[in-house]
Amino acid sequence: MSSDFRRVSSNPHVRSNTTTANIMIWVLIALLPTTGFGIYNFGMHALLLIGVSVGTCVLAEIIFELMVHKPVTVFDFSAVVTGLLLALNLPPTAPLWLPALGGVFAIVLVKQLFGGLGQNFMNPALGARCFLMISFPAIMTNFNTDAYAGATPLSNIKNAIEVNVMDMIIGRTPGTIGETSMICIVIGAIILFAVGVIDYVIPFSYIITFGVFYAVIGGKGWAYLSAQLAGGGLMLGAFFMATDYVTCPITKRGRYIYGIILGLLTAIFRMYGSNAEGVSYAIIIGNILVPLIDKITLPKAFGIRKKAKKEAIRA
Amino acid sequence: MAKGTFKGGIHPYEGKELSKNKPIKSVLPKGDLVYPLSQHIGAPAKPIVSVGDYVLTGQMIAEANGFISAPIFSTVSGTVVSIEPRRIATGAMCDSIIVENDGRYREVDFRPLKPYEEMTAEDKVTAVREAGVVGMGGAGFPTAVKLSPKEPDRIEYVIANCSECEPYLTSDYRRMIEEPELLLEGLKIAVSIFPNARGILAIEDNKPDAIHIFRDLTKNDKDISVKVVKTKYPEGAERMLIHAVTGREINSSMLPADAGCIVDNVDTLCAVCRAVKEGRPLMERIVTITGDAIADPRNYKVRIGTNYKELIEDAGGFRAKPAKIISGGPMMGFAIFDLDIPTTKTASALTCLTRDAVSQFEPSACINCARCVEVCPERLVPKYLADAVEHNDANKFLHLYGMECCECGCCSYICPARRQLTQLIKGMRKIQLANRKK
Repeated sequence: MSSDFRRVSSNPHVRSNTTTANIMIWVLIALLPTTGFGIYNFGMHALLLIGVSVGTCVLAEIIFELMVHKPVTVFDFSAVVTGLLLALNLPPTAPLWLPALGGVFAIVLVKQLFGGLGQNFMNPALGARCFLMISFPAIMTNFNTDAYAGATPLSNIKNAIEVNVMDMIIGRTPGTIGETSMICIVIGAIILFAVGVIDYVIPFSYIITFGVFYAVIGGKGWAYLSAQLAGGGLMLGAFFMATDYVTCPITKRGRYIYGIILGLLTAIFRMYGSNAEGVSYAIIIGNILVPLIDKITLPKAFGIRKKAKKEAIRA
Repeated sequence: MAKGTFKGGIHPYEGKELSKNKPIKSVLPKGDLVYPLSQHIGAPAKPIVSVGDYVLTGQMIAEANGFISAPIFSTVSGTVVSIEPRRIATGAMCDSIIVENDGRYREVDFRPLKPYEEMTAEDKVTAVREAGVVGMGGAGFPTAVKLSPKEPDRIEYVIANCSECEPYLTSDYRRMIEEPELLLEGLKIAVSIFPNARGILAIEDNKPDAIHIFRDLTKNDKDISVKVVKTKYPEGAERMLIHAVTGREINSSMLPADAGCIVDNVDTLCAVCRAVKEGRPLMERIVTITGDAIADPRNYKVRIGTNYKELIEDAGGFRAKPAKIISGGPMMGFAIFDLDIPTTKTASALTCLTRDAVSQFEPSACINCARCVEVCPERLVPKYLADAVEHNDANKFLHLYGMECCECGCCSYICPARRQLTQLIKGMRKIQLANRKK
């Protein structure tokens, strides 16, 4: 027998077809509808912003990894996802240097300095968005484009100005590039559910908690509630940011808790905060709580009862 | 009735269609037969023949060496030519008795201990012990030990593990289809050992014809019933199966008897039947030779000790160059680098694959996707366990219930980052088990 087939390994000897790269590609595919709508809605400048953001993230990852002599990991496409998500969180009026700065911040500071993919404690795109929000609040809240003038629907609600909920669901409102169209985001989310990339736990517990809080404490009727649900970054955040594997809890129980915390925080920020928006900060705070949630929701092994626990460890 | 199952598990490509419809073919060995002394869990058997001795088919050639051990029998007649270390499926060298086959198959006179009707429970267990029957699903735990729990009257169920959840394997399936009475008889004997037990055949729902056959055979039987379980890997893992059938949970340091159960696999129960009713020792088993590299995948009834090479030859040899050859199925089997390996009591299959899924990818960074947590039938967090192993943190490993792992491989299978989760965990478990023994 020739020796070239005698490869051995420890069991199991087969693997599923899912890899990190194809998970990321599914996320990109799922983001296509809302990305496409953003470009259609806000024009070529939006496309440029997306291009700069994705390009910077990928380049930043390559350069950083070469500099620190780590294997280059751009082919897992996680930097592309980060770049795209960052761009979708920017206003369509932003200057082109903004996504470049944000991209470098997201990849180098939030992701790579903590050890690269899987090690960051905070969603890189959201970290960068919050950084830009704090550093350049005027640019980050300028939603006046050729197509739309004026404030976002959420600030209108905050200032007691009537909003058109139907427009918000379709996405014909001012806002960041990727957050306006609830329909497109939900289509993307359905794709992710269908291929099993995300499950319902986080988005549903998040949105339902938020909805219940608003229905009970907000108490201003269905139109108000649905405007809150469709408005701002809630949908994009719940389906695409809160579900980021790296920065969410590892157990199902933990994910419920996480979703509920996000829902409460978002509702509180929106209702009582000075900003109209609260999703980014809620998710970032949620991210920081994840290690704690993981710790308290560690599952008990199969067949281990409370009493037996100590013995099993000692044995 | 609801289908039994457990939480977690995976659905790998089954590959059973390759050999599922191929009837069992009996083959006689051509070359020398090799009998490793360690074909079971426990102390290796002790040779009782010497080089040059003439042995008969069914003659004991090595005796049990202790309570948890099992005797080994010659499966042909011929001359003992050597007792020397030979390579076995796990890759290790193991002292083995080598018998030159004279091709005449002269048998010893098999006789049951007593007529079946006069046998007590103890007699039956003795018959099983003396026949060298061990768990033939892969673990190789001596069956007689399993059948003698501390409190026999607390056993409520004897479960025939007919799930065969391991991909590619069809040996149990063919046995169920072709010799259902033998299996049923074996189960009845096992049940009769316990005063308060009922028999349950736990069959996965991907074997509807087997379910049909046994439903039919047991319809007038109060003591034996069929329980359909969901097709999922590792449904046939002992603790998972007990949960699927009875809803009870036991941890790794408990025995099935603690949940009132005894679990035995298909081939094992057939061997029990032969041992008790006919006094025949364990000499043959069903082996599936399969995989996309095999020209004509099929199921064989082989005499234990037959070389794998002969079986591959009979199956038409390789259709394509195999990238990986596995003794057993792809989830739990052992990859082998040499085909010159004997079939043993626990050899359920030889799977020859043209694609080596393991070396195709390098492990990459964990993305915390939690798939390993979802699929782990033991409700562990394989990611944390593997991290603890990588940090060589044994205390953390134990604290995270690392010893509860059943090494089923679901986490490694599902991991999108291709981390060697099971392998890391297994490594640490071996170290810990070795430390315990000290």
